[in-house]
Amino acid sequence: MASTEVRDDVAKAGTKADDLAGLEAGLDALDAVQVNRTPLRQVLLQKVLPPVLAVALVLVVWQLLVQAKVTEDYKLPAPSAVWDSAAEQWVQGTLLDVVWTSVSRGLLGFLLALAIGTPLGLIVARVKFVRAAIGPILSGLQALPSVAWVAPAVIWLGLNDSMMYAVILLGAVPSIANGLVSGVDQVPPLFLRAGRTLGATGFRGIWHVVMPAALPGYLAGLKQGWAFSWRSLMAAEIIASSPELGLGLGQLLENGRNNADMPGVLLAIILILIVGIAIDLLIFSPLERRVLRSRGLLVKS
Amino acid sequence: MTSTLTKEKSQADDRATVTHAARIEHVSKSFGGPSGQQLVLDDITLDVAPGEFVTLLGASGCGKSTLLNLVAGLDRPTAGSIATPGGRPALMFQEHALFPWLTAGKNIELALRLRGVAKSERRAEAERLLELVRLQGAYGKRVHELSGGMRQRVALARALAQDSELLLMDEPFAALDAITRDVLHDELTRIWRETNVSVLFVTHNVREAVRLAQRVVLLSSRPGRIAHEWTVDIPQPRRIEDAEVAELSVEITEQLRGEIRRHGQH
Repeated sequence: MASTEVRDDVAKAGTKADDLAGLEAGLDALDAVQVNRTPLRQVLLQKVLPPVLAVALVLVVWQLLVQAKVTEDYKLPAPSAVWDSAAEQWVQGTLLDVVWTSVSRGLLGFLLALAIGTPLGLIVARVKFVRAAIGPILSGLQALPSVAWVAPAVIWLGLNDSMMYAVILLGAVPSIANGLVSGVDQVPPLFLRAGRTLGATGFRGIWHVVMPAALPGYLAGLKQGWAFSWRSLMAAEIIASSPELGLGLGQLLENGRNNADMPGVLLAIILILIVGIAIDLLIFSPLERRVLRSRGLLVKS
Repeated sequence: MTSTLTKEKSQADDRATVTHAARIEHVSKSFGGPSGQQLVLDDITLDVAPGEFVTLLGASGCGKSTLLNLVAGLDRPTAGSIATPGGRPALMFQEHALFPWLTAGKNIELALRLRGVAKSERRAEAERLLELVRLQGAYGKRVHELSGGMRQRVALARALAQDSELLLMDEPFAALDAITRDVLHDELTRIWRETNVSVLFVTHNVREAVRLAQRVVLLSSRPGRIAHEWTVDIPQPRRIEDAEVAELSVEITEQLRGEIRRHGQH
């Protein structure tokens, strides 16, 4: 084979190319990674059924406690009393207004936090001096309960919507910025090197490589940012209630307390919880799952 | 088709006397450490001719990856100069380094976009490159849906999308199983002959070096110096099992072992 003449060599190359294509197709078929999606029935059984059972269990225990008369009715109303309170407000047509007042404030505040937190996080992650200067402060702010900001916000801005937004921003911006910083920190250096050899430097490097690579961490930050937005808003609404502000869920809770209306208080708490979970379930979780699945990072157990 | 390829190849050889794809002149590189400066590369001078396939061979610690990074422009030499007249070289790593947020096709299109190819032409060019590495139909596949060998072929297509005259390869097949690696050797040889790109290929695998290259350059370790050079005139396509490949590999391995042994004698 070693002393083949040129003509033989050419012929050999021809047949070899076909051999190679066939061999390669075989290897590809053997090595191909199978990606299966879970059937709907299994999803219902594994993901939907357990939380439904848990909620049902809580309701049963609650009802049993009420029937055992562990405490007075005005302290622990029956689940049905809370349901009646909800139905009453539904008939009056105020329930959705109350929820919407808070949700619209929360989402608008969150979007503002997003617009501020994203460039801030990017600068902290990429500029060493800025990181050394405000990185620790940003982490510290995350640990500070945003309730603490309600008092100064009321004094500086008065009892109005701007005060609410200020409290939301102070709660959510550090989470979003920190999430992005840790997302950028976790970008494998190999991606940065690959990006540089492809010519993605400067702003193009950030847009084409750093931001998409940091997306999972960034999304985790957004999720936490939403939780902080919602918590901060509730703190602000409970503490700073005023007739001019419009009735939100926080004020509903505070009004319930003032009127010694325990079903109303519990209703407000449940609604706050439901909104928090619903936004996460409807917006952030699907987004996160989509990103992770498309990158093959969603491990099925 | 093969005869025109051979013609193109000889044309490339004519041009080789005129110019070069990479010229590395008296390059040294030291890294600063707590115990002072450490010399990693010492006075390396090496030319890669247009269309030439050169492998850099060496044991660990010989600075071969460092040299590749310098040629790629990812790092600067401490002394000496590096010229790549054909523009920024393309670089392939041991890991595929494909972006997992993009499909195989979009990874290639990103390289085209960063090179300045018009949007309307990118799709067709990406399909053509996928066909070149025999992955037609993989355009919409996500990186995690591809096998190791397929990922490296997409990475090769992405590197070729840069349309650079020089392709740098940093042990690109080291993490693959032997069967896949063997097939990719054949593929790389075919693609190199079809595209006429110059290749500077780093490896610690002697047989791989001989299987692929027209010229094998042996680096000594700590600091990396050019220890020896072989011209490989075994006709392509070669096989890794060919007797001549084995014969030359034995000779080179002896030399490589000699270089390594010197480090135990202190």
